[in-house]
Amino acid sequence: MITIDTITKKYGKTEVLNIASIEIPTGQSFGLVGNNGAGKTTLFNILLDLIRPTTGGVTSNNIVVSKSEAWKNFTGSFIDESFLIGYLTAEEYFQFVGDLRGMNVAEVTAFIGEFEDFFNDEIIGKKKYLRDLSKGNQKKAGIVAALMGNPEVVILDEPFANLDPTTQIRLKQVIKNLTANSNITVLISSHDLTHVTEVCERIVVLDKGIVVKDISTSAATLKELELYFSI
Amino acid sequence: MISHFLKLEWKQFFRSSHWQKGIALKIIMGIFMLYFMVLFLGIGVGGYYILKKVYPALDPLQLVNSYLLYVVLGELVFRYLMQTLPVMNIKPLLILPIKRSTLVHYVLGKSAISFFNIVSLFFYIPFAVVLIIEGYDASGVLGWLLAIILMTQSVNFLNFLINKSTSALGSIVSLLLATIGLQKFGIFNITGFGGQVFDAVYANPMYSLLGFVIAGVLYSLNYKQLKRLVYLDEAVSQKVKEATSVDLSFANRLGDVAPFIKNDIRLIWRNKRTKTVFLMSFLFLLYGLFFFTQETYKDMPAMLMFAALFITGGFTLNYGQFIPAWDSAHYKMLMSQSFKYRKFLDSKWILMVVMTSILYLLSFPYLYFGYNIFLMITAGAIFNIGFNSLFLLYAGSFNRKKIDLNKSGFGNTQGTSATQFLIIIPLMLLPMLLFWVFNKFVGYNSGFIVVASVGIISLLFKKYAMNFIEKKYIKDKYVMINAFGKEA
Repeated sequence: MITIDTITKKYGKTEVLNIASIEIPTGQSFGLVGNNGAGKTTLFNILLDLIRPTTGGVTSNNIVVSKSEAWKNFTGSFIDESFLIGYLTAEEYFQFVGDLRGMNVAEVTAFIGEFEDFFNDEIIGKKKYLRDLSKGNQKKAGIVAALMGNPEVVILDEPFANLDPTTQIRLKQVIKNLTANSNITVLISSHDLTHVTEVCERIVVLDKGIVVKDISTSAATLKELELYFSI
Repeated sequence: MISHFLKLEWKQFFRSSHWQKGIALKIIMGIFMLYFMVLFLGIGVGGYYILKKVYPALDPLQLVNSYLLYVVLGELVFRYLMQTLPVMNIKPLLILPIKRSTLVHYVLGKSAISFFNIVSLFFYIPFAVVLIIEGYDASGVLGWLLAIILMTQSVNFLNFLINKSTSALGSIVSLLLATIGLQKFGIFNITGFGGQVFDAVYANPMYSLLGFVIAGVLYSLNYKQLKRLVYLDEAVSQKVKEATSVDLSFANRLGDVAPFIKNDIRLIWRNKRTKTVFLMSFLFLLYGLFFFTQETYKDMPAMLMFAALFITGGFTLNYGQFIPAWDSAHYKMLMSQSFKYRKFLDSKWILMVVMTSILYLLSFPYLYFGYNIFLMITAGAIFNIGFNSLFLLYAGSFNRKKIDLNKSGFGNTQGTSATQFLIIIPLMLLPMLLFWVFNKFVGYNSGFIVVASVGIISLLFKKYAMNFIEKKYIKDKYVMINAFGKEA
């Protein structure tokens, strides 16, 4: 589904990313871990064609993301709060994204209805603009918007950060359902090793822009990761 | 402790966004500030002599004194609307080992040297110096000046006490109107009474010490009130406005562009700065009243053209020049969504054209000034719709400065760069020049016709222009994402 081919990114002389090759098959749940400055967000931004790599390229579903924009039709993403439109209410934001993804009002309402539990009465009908919501509630809105319009690829940067315990557990279920019931490829990054090992079939560890581990998740993975990071 | 606070203030001042600007903007702002300072100083120094000349029979000091009570009331109204205590600054200090009382003194002390209290001194101090030079009793004048300074401080602290209640504003305004009324109908001589108070201070400078008592009492009242309120759910809280959703489904008729149009309408209405731009465009409608009523401009058709462009162009010029920086906060998100960039640009274009058309309809009363003026406004409107809208979209692709929508509108130069100065040339000077040349050397109505034709021709080539503009935006996508991601 997604092929990352010899990507490097340099700012001046400093190289922040240098990835030889990563192949992500359709339907895989892919986890990215690494300390601050490891290049996780940079990699996601490159996947979304928001930053251009210095060399190399990304192919998503046979589309080179920097050449054509067709990948946008099947890719949903949430990177940070700047992906929200602060002066809209959550409902208006969902409707806006829905419009862009070809959903009508009824479809949007039905889709949002599926997430009633996930929102836990904090998002819909609150008469609040997104900019006035708490960090965790902003994240909930952003994640759900990323799932709109039947995407085939979902990219979430640090989806668990700022979420309350209940929502973390629910989000794990949402992500598992995505990959289990259909062929959706999910890419997430996280600082929480327990969460990623629980949700992802495959985990890649980045350190200063370089892939240092590429693991198929097993019962031993959490131990292995903890050992690696407890230097 | 005070030195810590002073260091913080210093950094806050010099690291504020005002200073993080290009050199050109700094110079222009510097010139403006200097201009106002010189202006105030000029009034202060020259004030005495001007009053002497206009009212030779009266004593300038007594004349000033008699109006000081109005100044106090007027200042209260002004401050009520403009000035609030800078409490948010101390939020990060609340959890540090600093006494609450120290923080409150810091906030109040800081307000004592705010802009509102300093600016009037640029008048009073030079005025006092001139008085002494002119042979007034030095100790009397100094006592008077001290009283004025203390009075300003008292007003400062009084304002914070009453700032929360609307009824206070009402009573001040009605008091102000009542005093003016009583004076006007000769029922009670307020100016005389106010004058006597300050004359007495001049005659006996010791009275000025009373000011210390008043300012001190008001300060301690503020201190007591504020100390109770430095909690995150009281004074140190961010106000959250309740969201109001208006049904915008009428825009759905516009098809693919509708989501963007709806978004833009909400953008304009729900953010301070854009709302100011929107409301100001109706004020620009009145621009013509300055120009068309003055004899001086009758023989300067180019200047009249300038005014005519502004009448219908207020929105297009002020909103258009910052496209797409209005969307800078969520630009990344837009760029990861699937839509044709053209739709985004089209929605901005439609918005500018619709607003220009509305403003044009509202400008019909200018027919009063004759059909020549009206033709000029019409030509200007066509030029704004045809040429300026497209040109501003193109110029927008050079915008590289983020705009924080939550900051207020007045005097906010965020997002301004050299682009904003350069675009004035084709936007305003080109039509003025065209009009002037044809009006002068060809005559008849050729001036109007040429300006309007440029607009119509641009409109005819809209499709090609839009293709070109769209390509430019797509080409500059990464640079814009990067620039808009940086803090403004």
